[in-house]
Parts: sequence; structure tokens; C-alpha cells
Amino acid sequence: MGEFKVHQVRFFEYMPSGIRALAFHPKKERMAVARMDGSVEICHCSDRFYQEKVIPGREQCGIEALSWVGDRLFSAGLNGEITEYDLTNQKIKYTIDAYGGPIWSITGNKQGTHLAVGCEDGNVKLFEVTEDKIQFERNLARQKGRIISLSWHPSGSRIAAGMMDIIQVLNVEKGHSIHRMLVDKGVGKSRSKECVVWSVVYLSDGTIISGDSVGMVKMWDDQTGTLIKSHNVTKCDVLALSVSQSGDSLVAGTSEGTVVQFQFLSVVLGKDEKEWVRTRIFKSHTHDVRAVAEITTGVVSGGIDTQLVVTPLFDKAEVKSALRKVLFPHRKLVSCARKANLMLFQYSGHLELWRLGESEGIAEPDMSLPISRKPEKLLHLKVKGEEHIRCSSVSPCGEWIVYSTASSLRLYKLHCDNSNVSITKISKLPKVLSSASQLCFSSDSSHLFSASTQSSVHMVSLNKAGCKFMGTLKPKSGSKQPIHLLAPSEDGKWLASANSDHEVQIYDLQIRKPHCTVPTYSSAVSAMAIHPTTNCLFITHADQQMFEYSIEQKQYSDWSRSVQRTGLHRVWLDRDTPVTNVMFNPSNPSHIILHDSYMLCIIDQSLPLPDNSTQFYNQLTLRSLPEEQRKLYTHAFKVCKAFKEILCVEQISDQSLVVVERPLSDIITRLPKPIKQKKFAT
Amino acid sequence: MAALYEGYTLCINATQNNTSNVGIQGVELNADVDHVLVTDSSRTVTVYKVSDQKPLGSWTVKQGQTITCPAVFNTQTQEYVAITDYKVVRVWKDGDVNIDQAFKATVSADVFRVLSAPDCEPVVLFRHGAARFMNSLLAAPQQPIEEILSEGEVIRWSTIVKADQQLVVLFVTEQRGEHCLCFKRFNPNTLVKHRFETEPGLSAPHSFSAICRGSNIHLFYLYSNGSVYESVLPIRTSETEVHVIQALPRSLLLSLPVREGQQTLGAAVVLDETHVAVVGFPHPSAGANKDYLCIWNTHFHIPQASKEMSGMIYTQLWQCGGRLYVPHGKTLSVIPFECQKSSLAAAMGKLKQSGQSESKSCALMTTQLRSDITRAPGNNRRLSARQTNASNVMTNSSTLTVNQLTKHVEKGMVEDIQLAVGEFVYQTPQTDLQFAAGRMALDLVSRSQTDGNFYPHSAFLQLLKTEYLCYSVCPELLLLAVEKKDFSLCQIAFHLFPDIPEAITCAYLKAVLGTPDSEMDTLNLDTDSMMFMKVLTQTGCPSENDSQQNGVCLPALLDSGFETPSSRPQRDPLALDINCPVSLHKSALLNEVLQTSYSDILLLPHLKDLTVPQVTIFLQYLQFLYLKYSHEAGVQIQALRSPTMAQIVDWVGLLLDAHFTVLVMAPEAKRLVSGLHKFVRSQVKLYAELDKIEGSLQVLKKAKQPEDFALYSIKVIKLF
Repeated sequence: MGEFKVHQVRFFEYMPSGIRALAFHPKKERMAVARMDGSVEICHCSDRFYQEKVIPGREQCGIEALSWVGDRLFSAGLNGEITEYDLTNQKIKYTIDAYGGPIWSITGNKQGTHLAVGCEDGNVKLFEVTEDKIQFERNLARQKGRIISLSWHPSGSRIAAGMMDIIQVLNVEKGHSIHRMLVDKGVGKSRSKECVVWSVVYLSDGTIISGDSVGMVKMWDDQTGTLIKSHNVTKCDVLALSVSQSGDSLVAGTSEGTVVQFQFLSVVLGKDEKEWVRTRIFKSHTHDVRAVAEITTGVVSGGIDTQLVVTPLFDKAEVKSALRKVLFPHRKLVSCARKANLMLFQYSGHLELWRLGESEGIAEPDMSLPISRKPEKLLHLKVKGEEHIRCSSVSPCGEWIVYSTASSLRLYKLHCDNSNVSITKISKLPKVLSSASQLCFSSDSSHLFSASTQSSVHMVSLNKAGCKFMGTLKPKSGSKQPIHLLAPSEDGKWLASANSDHEVQIYDLQIRKPHCTVPTYSSAVSAMAIHPTTNCLFITHADQQMFEYSIEQKQYSDWSRSVQRTGLHRVWLDRDTPVTNVMFNPSNPSHIILHDSYMLCIIDQSLPLPDNSTQFYNQLTLRSLPEEQRKLYTHAFKVCKAFKEILCVEQISDQSLVVVERPLSDIITRLPKPIKQKKFAT
Repeated sequence: MAALYEGYTLCINATQNNTSNVGIQGVELNADVDHVLVTDSSRTVTVYKVSDQKPLGSWTVKQGQTITCPAVFNTQTQEYVAITDYKVVRVWKDGDVNIDQAFKATVSADVFRVLSAPDCEPVVLFRHGAARFMNSLLAAPQQPIEEILSEGEVIRWSTIVKADQQLVVLFVTEQRGEHCLCFKRFNPNTLVKHRFETEPGLSAPHSFSAICRGSNIHLFYLYSNGSVYESVLPIRTSETEVHVIQALPRSLLLSLPVREGQQTLGAAVVLDETHVAVVGFPHPSAGANKDYLCIWNTHFHIPQASKEMSGMIYTQLWQCGGRLYVPHGKTLSVIPFECQKSSLAAAMGKLKQSGQSESKSCALMTTQLRSDITRAPGNNRRLSARQTNASNVMTNSSTLTVNQLTKHVEKGMVEDIQLAVGEFVYQTPQTDLQFAAGRMALDLVSRSQTDGNFYPHSAFLQLLKTEYLCYSVCPELLLLAVEKKDFSLCQIAFHLFPDIPEAITCAYLKAVLGTPDSEMDTLNLDTDSMMFMKVLTQTGCPSENDSQQNGVCLPALLDSGFETPSSRPQRDPLALDINCPVSLHKSALLNEVLQTSYSDILLLPHLKDLTVPQVTIFLQYLQFLYLKYSHEAGVQIQALRSPTMAQIVDWVGLLLDAHFTVLVMAPEAKRLVSGLHKFVRSQVKLYAELDKIEGSLQVLKKAKQPEDFALYSIKVIKLF
């Protein structure tokens, strides 16, 4: 079918941040994930954990806990501040100082009226949740020592607070302590150390469950304040607990990297008397599990090793699903100046611009070419201020660089003559360009598109002198959700945008008006691109479905219809990670190039589609067959798995591909060492 | 199963008096199971709410006065009753702040205890054995109290049991080392006295516990040697007082482990039909210096739950409403417990059939299980045939019963018995046979042991073939067979029994090796094992080319001097013309030994019993086997059972270990030992060489892996 020259790039030292907290919103099936760098991601649990929204973090902003109150999301951290997020605009709405020193935990009651925060100074502070803010109400009885963990009784009348060595049960109305339960210190060495109650859970039947630094999960009775049962889960710490919505299942995350499940079962068959029994152990992490959450169909866990792992519970999941690991963000962190062979890498606090190397000669397939010029780092651009970068882009000609944080947008002009590289900041930007949720340049680098609030796109023309605001493209639907994908056409006539409501809008750039809307599909758009010759929009979704929509005819193409008729191959649909970039082979218009984290795939639209009985990964078979027999076995999906974990695949001008890899092993070597565990009897 | 839950401390006993053996005087049930009344060793009575671990009220008598018996709660009048200074009855209510201002009455005789059962009037037990109801006593406190016990007889323990709407006071007295149980009933007032049996070496019972089940009172008592006895006393005995003191019938319930050379004092409390809580005795699997609270299952004689108790243990233990109260050290701990009926008990049939001795039934069970597993497919046919037969026989009245057969065995002729046994085995249903086979084997063996001429070979064979026998069911059988040199029976037994002790294995080995080959030729042995040996000895040098391919074999043996001089001219280095040093029959029997399971530590001392010629011949045979095996590694001999290479090598090692010094000294074994030595040396050399090339092998392996490129590369991929 064809040979491709591939630049295999591993010098993007992207380092994902460890997961610190999880909060599950059962009604909307959304999971909020807080990372160590202060960023918050919103994943859709029933849409294959696609990252719908990402709120970038800031320097010095350690989030310790997350909590949903109704549809509003709050976080608190060791800087002593409570933060509410503006989820529609993917930014921080406001922050309030709780004046209690570092905050260890935040939790909202079930009624949605109050937030409780546990502070370093021993106060449990109650905040009233008002229409658009929160208001400090009062302190509950002050305790000696920090409040590490909190949990409301579902009725909202009591709070259990985990502290050092003790658990306090507090009456919310009167503010006084009802019970003070002493947690045993461990035996042996740890006896002298204090025991930290890392997590508490208050169940509706009055049971309080605690997880502590001695490695015990303990069940307490809040009527008498006595211990009912204790389970020794680990030799290290039990860091996180989460109970299921029905209250009959509990998961505990430990610093050994295991997640232990407990279930409330009747011990004697047929009797009503139930007991918490340890049922399963999942070992899906190498490092501390800092956060767990039990969702309707499984267990979500995350920790220092930066991966979000979704373990299905087969007794609860209706559809059979596999273990899911979210390694990389579903946003593009790499952009490519394809005419200038430049790559722009987006780190959280800086940008790096690299020039790709060159090679000589022609090589046999699967062989490396001799490198005549090494890749070169041209630029290291640090971000002003504390905020992290939300999105960035380099123009195809390689002369413009733009990036945006939550509150500011900066545009730079790049001058490159041989070895000298200089940049100038464009100072007078139009006022509308204050912040962007997504950025891209037109293919001739003459325009910049900046996705703004309410799904609108600002269009700015670029010239040598500077830039000029051209107008704003607004969708007909009036959606308020942010845009996360933009796709300009090669001929500069069209621009497609996709937002978190799964709406795909196509604008006619000549009249700057909406042209049409692609029928909304139930799953999020993970990648899209407009074909350079046919002007068809190719869309892939988080659930691995794909569509081709003809912009000119305003309808799905024949190929797309035939894909829907035959259905996609089971193996394709079962893949773990979404397609995050779509490109087209300029030398063969029927070739669509796309990739996910584990493979590069070229779809040949001229070939028959595979059905479920055909072998999907057939490259090895085809390779072994003689030329004339290959036609019998070939199908449209050509999958290449020769790469390690892929962050991005891009195309450059000489029709070669750039594969930016970030092998998991490289990430792991940069993590702190896990707790040493004995293997076998050594 | 029983379980002890997380315990907690109810109170800390401040007034510590280490000289007495009493931590606190008593724990008595209050109005409900959650409230208890604790009387400490001197002056204070406290009411606790147990689930809260909180005291609800506490009363102390004046300095100088002491409470001499545990306070009780009178549920009928909601009053507390205690005795101070032996003679003063104190009665007070919850509301009374000061005990001294409450009601008191002085009685005319010393009180031993006030006993109270739920919903009943308390009974006052006097030191000399008389008993009065509380109300009648308080109506006339100074009434004369009769003396029932004789001079010098003191009460050691007392309790009250409510049975059949009737109160019974039980107390134990001691007089000059003799212990008696007194059984006191009211309306009409009767007193029955029983004597505890004494045995030399058995000290006095020191912890008692009584429970009422049905129309009997079960009394449990603990001796310091760890024995727990149970005595059953009917509530309704003859109405007249019996003046003759009878011995108390008893049965041994449990033997607890004791610390060596120490008289152990502990306490036992019965929890339900199968469970007894014991404190003060060591846990069998823990060190002796720790004190444990254990729940023992009296059926299986096993501890089912245990908890370590810190501090000094008193011989006190109470049980109230699902909780155990244990004073230890300075604290009184409350430990909730739970006992469930063990399903294992039902499965083992232990609940019903108490007549069968335990070890026997257990052994039978194991054989049953084993034979279920090992039953070859071919046996199923026999089984089903037998089952249909059995069902036919059910209508046939001429079926022999086990008892009839047993009687027959005692007197009958060998031939008759063999016939009868055959018939019996054939006709008895599977389930019955399982128990009968063991019993019959025992009977037959005991007859054979007494009667030298009696040896029913075929009867034993038939019983063996039921596969219900194992060594532990009938230990004498195998010894008898070895003694009688019935090697064919031994062979089958070795094949079937999983549990042959090492001593017997050695005795058998000795007998086999000690018997001349000529005696064995007539034996009728298992054909499979014979075939195996025939094939092994005949495949002398069928295909020399094959064996050359298997070239690892023994270069060191070339000059080892095994070969007879005649082999040298052949000039074929790998030809093996070693002859089997023992006869075919003997080798088949020896193979059986090689395949038995053993533990080398236990086997070694017994192996030393073998004589040097025996060891030499056995070693020669093992060496022959080893050489044959390694020579014909490619040749698979079709046999169901044959010794493995590892078994052979292990036995060589064992024999050398046991007899090394002797073998070195013995001139006839010299060649053998030096041959083995050379062989081992060559093997060690081979492995050393292999070790050396390991590094190069690793490099080869690594070379095959694609080299990992650096941070950047340009390559071409081709898709098809």
C-alpha cells in the first residue's frame, strides 16, 4: 500500500501530574479529577472517560480535595483557599480564604446547602452555599490538631472528622462533639508515631468507616462510639476511601498501589445480618493510590503514578467492559509548522520549539535512516505569571506562535535566519482576544482563529505589522459550552468547530457566517479535520465511531453511510484510547491518517471495510503473503503498532509523518520510587 | 464456628490486691443484658452500661466494712442486694445515693453468697449450707439458721439454676481435700450430695459452670491438669433425701494443653452445647508463657477462637448476654463472642454417632475421600455393578451382617472365612462397606496374631481392593503381611495406602532385601510392575545409535570400573551391559518402595537398620535403574507406575547418608562408592561448564532484541 517516512520523536519530555483527588457526580455521570499541579479535568464516565473539560492549574496551587455541591464544583488546598470553578468557561470562578490555615478536606452535604472544610488549626468551618457564591457561616467546636478528613452523615445533621489519632463526630446544628473515638496506633515501630486518619466515610445507617496510616480500615458505631470491626488492609497507609451510591460497597486505596473492595454482605446465607467483608483486591497502580471513587459500573482510582485507572466491577456493569487507563490528556499538546518542519511542545509552564532533523538517502522498510542534521531546540518560552498554559499553536509557516492561559493570550512573531532565532511579542492585540479555549491558524498562516466563550470563534488577520480583528463567528444554537476543537480547511474557505455539547458547527469564512451544523452525535468529538480536496469533514468520536460529512452537500458522504451500514470492527470499537488527530495523505486522497495512544492507523477508503469475522490486525499476515494474494485479505484499516505510547502524530511538508512518543517507562523513571515491597520470601 | 470480637475495657480496678487470687468479686447481670453489676474486691459496687463502657452508678460502704459477696440485682423488686461483713444484708435502690442510709438487717449466721436468677427471688446461701429465700429471711432476720454441713466443710463455689419453674441451688464443698457437690431444692426442701471422684495425681476441681438443658442440669468443671469434665444431673430425682453420698458420674469433655511442670489455674465457662470458654490455659499453637482466652469446641477438641490476655490472669470468667467478662491485670475486659453450630460437625456425623471412637471414624473418612479421588475409571463399572447388586441383595434375606461375620471370624476356618468375606464385600452396599471393611480387617488381623496358622490371604486382598483401607485404619495388617512374607499383599498395600510410616517402609525393605531371590520367583505380583521391569532389563542395547544421540551420558563411567572386563573389547563407549543385580520379582517389589512417600528425617534412622550387604545390593540396583533410565531416556516404557528419576536419585542419596561410614569401610562396597563418586564429580563438572557458557547464552539472547534507538530517529515504515 505504501511506505511512509516517519520522524520518531522522543524529546518531548511531557510529564503528567499525579492525581490528588476525585469527585464523582452520579447524576451527570461526570468525574472531576484534580491533579497535583492544580489542574482539574472533567471526564464523562459513560463516554469512555473522555476529558470533556480541562481547567489548567497554577503554580503553588495544591488541591487537596474536591467536592461537588449540586452541579457546582469546589476545591480546597493547602494554600488555605476554597475555589469554585466556572465549568462552562473552564476557569476558576473565585477563591475565598477560609482563614483556618491549610485546608485538608472539603465536602458538601447531600442537601447541597452547606460546605464543610477541615483546617489545619483544628476548625471544621461551615460555609453556606448561596446562589452564586459561598458564605462563611460558623465554626464547629474547635479540636486540637488538624482535621484531615471529613464526611457528612447523609441526613446532614452530623459530621465525622478524621484527625491525628482520633475521629470526632460533631453535631452540625449545635456544633459540639458527640463522640471522640480513639484510633489505635500500630504495633511495633509505628507505635510511637501518630496515626493519621486519612479518610472517613459516614454511612446512612450510622456506621463510620475510617482509613488510617496504620493500614487499617475500621468500622465504628456512631451511637455508642465504639469500634465494630477492623480490617488490616496493608502494612502502609490507607489513603482514600469511597463508598458506592447504594452504600453497600466500599473501596480503599493504599500506598502499596492496591485498591481493596469491601462489601456489605450477609455472612450467613439467607440471613439479614450483614457485615463488611473484604472481597476484592485490584493491583493497578505502582505508586500510592491517592484517590478512589466508586462509580456505578466500577472503581476509578488514581495516584502518584499519574494514570487514571477504571476497573470494571462485573457484578455491577451491565455491559462487559475492560480495564481502562487514561495515560495522556485527550487534548493536543503538540502543534506542528508543517511547512517549516517545526514542532511546538506545550508544557504546563513553558513552550518549546524544535526544528526537526533531516536525513539522507533512501532506506529499506523498517530501517532507520542515517541522520544528516540533528533536531535542534530553537526556543524556550516561559509563561508570564502563575497560570499554566491552556492551549497553544504554531502557524504552518512557522512564523507565529500563540498561547493562551485562563486569563491571557499572547501572540509572538518568530524571526528565523539560519542560526539566529528571535521573537517579538505582538503588543496591541484586539481586546476580544483575552483568553481562548482553543487556538489555530489558517493553512496559509494569514489568519488566527481563537475559540472564545459561548462557542464563539474570533477571527484575526495577521500581517507583518501586526494583527487585525476581523469578526466573530457565532453558532446558531446559542450553546454556552466551550469549543475544544477547531479545524480550518486547506483552501481557507471553511472552519469547523466542536464544543462540549458535541455540536459541530461549520462556518463559511468568506461570508463569516455559519454554514451548517453536523447532526449531533451522542459521544464527544475527539478529533476532526477537513479533507483538502473533497472538503469533507472527517470526525472521530470518543466511542470510536467515525463520520465523514460533506460540507458542500451538507450531508454524510457515501463512505460514511457505508461505514454505518456495515458497522465498525469489534476490535476497533474495543480500543481503550480515543483518536486524537486526523490527517490526510496528500499523495493519495483516499488515505486518512489517524492515531490513538497505542497505534497509527491509515484508513484506505477505496478498500472494503472489515467485518467482524475478518482479522483486524492483518499487517503481519499481509506481509507474509505474496503480492497477488494480498488483495484477497486486505481491508480498509491499516494499523501500525510499531510505536510506544504516542502523544501525537503530525504531518510535515515532505509528506513524512512525525510521531511524538512518550514511552510510559520514561515517565515511570521520573516518578518518585514506590514503596518497597517484598516479593516472594526474600 | 465461634468467634471472639474486638474487646474493650469496662473498668480498671484501682484497689489492687495482688496477694489474693481475686481481681474482683463478681459480675452479675442487672436489669437487662446491657447492664452489669460489678463488685470489686473490697468495698464498691458499680453498675455499668456495657455498650457505652460507662458506669451508671456506684456505691461504696464505709471504711472498715467490706462487701463479702458479689452484689446481685433483684429483678422482682428492682433492688440491689449485698452482704457486708458476712452478716449484714444491705438492700438499696437505684435512687439511693448512700448505701449506708439504705435498708440493712443483721442475720444470725454467716452468709456465703446471695444468689439471684432472672425473674426470681434471690436466695441467701449460708456458710453452713442452709438456704433461705430473701423475703422470708428479711421477715425475721434473727431466725435460727440450721447447720447442714459438718465441721470443717467449706463451700467453694455456688450457683443457682432455674429449671422447670423450679430453683435449684448447686454448691461445691470441700472437706479435707474431698470435694462434694450439693444439690439443693426448695418446696420440698431436699439436699442431695454427690462426691467428686478423685484419682491419684488429679487435684481438686477448681472452676465450675452449670447450665440447664431440658430436664437435666449439666455441670462442667475444670481440673488443674487441663481436664474438663461434664456431669449430668437430672432435676427430678427421687423425692426422698438420699443419705448415702454417691459418686458423681462424669465424662471427660476436653483435655486442655497445660504448661509443663506447672499446675495451671484457670477458669472455664460453658457457652453452648459445643463451646466452652477457657481462660488461663495456654493456646496449643502459642507459647506457654502467654495467657489466652480461648473458645474450645468440645466436639472437635480444637480451639476455635482465641485472644491473648495481658497481665495477670485470675481464675475468674463470667458470661452474661453474649459477652465474656475477664479480669486480667488491672482491668476487666468485655469480649463479645458468638458461637455458631459448626456445619463440619454435621458433615462428620459427630453430632449423632457418639459411639464411634474418634480416631477411627476420622481415618475411615480419609480413606473414603481418597478412594473417591483415586478410583480409576475401570472401577466405576465395578462400583455400579456392585450397587445394582446391592439393591438386589436388599431383598435377599441371606445377607451377612458385619456382626455375624465378626463372630464367624472368631472361630471359622480360613477357607470359609475367605469365602464369607468375599461374599460380604461383594454384597454390602458401598456406604456400609466403608465402615465394615476396617472393622473386619482389624478382626482378621487380631485372629491371625493370636492364631499362628490362621492367615486369610485372599480375604485381606479382597478387603484391600475395596480401597477403603488405609494404614491407620488397621496398622497391624501391613506388619503382619511383612512378617508372613506375603509380598504380593504388601505390594498392593504400598500401592494403595497413602499413609505408611517410614518404620514400616524400612521393615518391608529389610524383609524384601533379606529374602533370597529363589523364594520370590513363585510370587504372584502385579503384572504391570513386572512388565515394566521385564522391558527395562531386556532393552539392553537395542539401538546404539539412539543412545549416542543422547550423548550427555556419563563419560566418567567409562573408566569407572563398572564394566566387566569382557565389555572392553567391544570398544563401544556407550554400551551398557550392566545386569540387574536382583531378580525380577524383587526389583518389582523394590520399585514399590521407591514410589512411596516418605520424609527423609524420619526415614534415615530406620534405614540404618539395614545390613551392609543389603545396602550394597540395593545401591547396586538403584545404580542399575539410574543408568538404564539415563541411557534410555528416549525410550518410554509403557507402564502405569514406575519410579521417577528423582525418586531414584533421592534414594541413592538417602542410603549413602545413612550408611556412608560403613560403606567406605566395607571392601565389597568400595567399587560401588568410588563409581558413584566419579559419576557425581563428572556431573558437577558438567554443570560448572554450563554455568560458564551462561554468559554467552545471555549475550546471544540480547543480540536478538532490536536495539533501542535514542531520542530521535527517522525511519521508514511500510504498510500493506
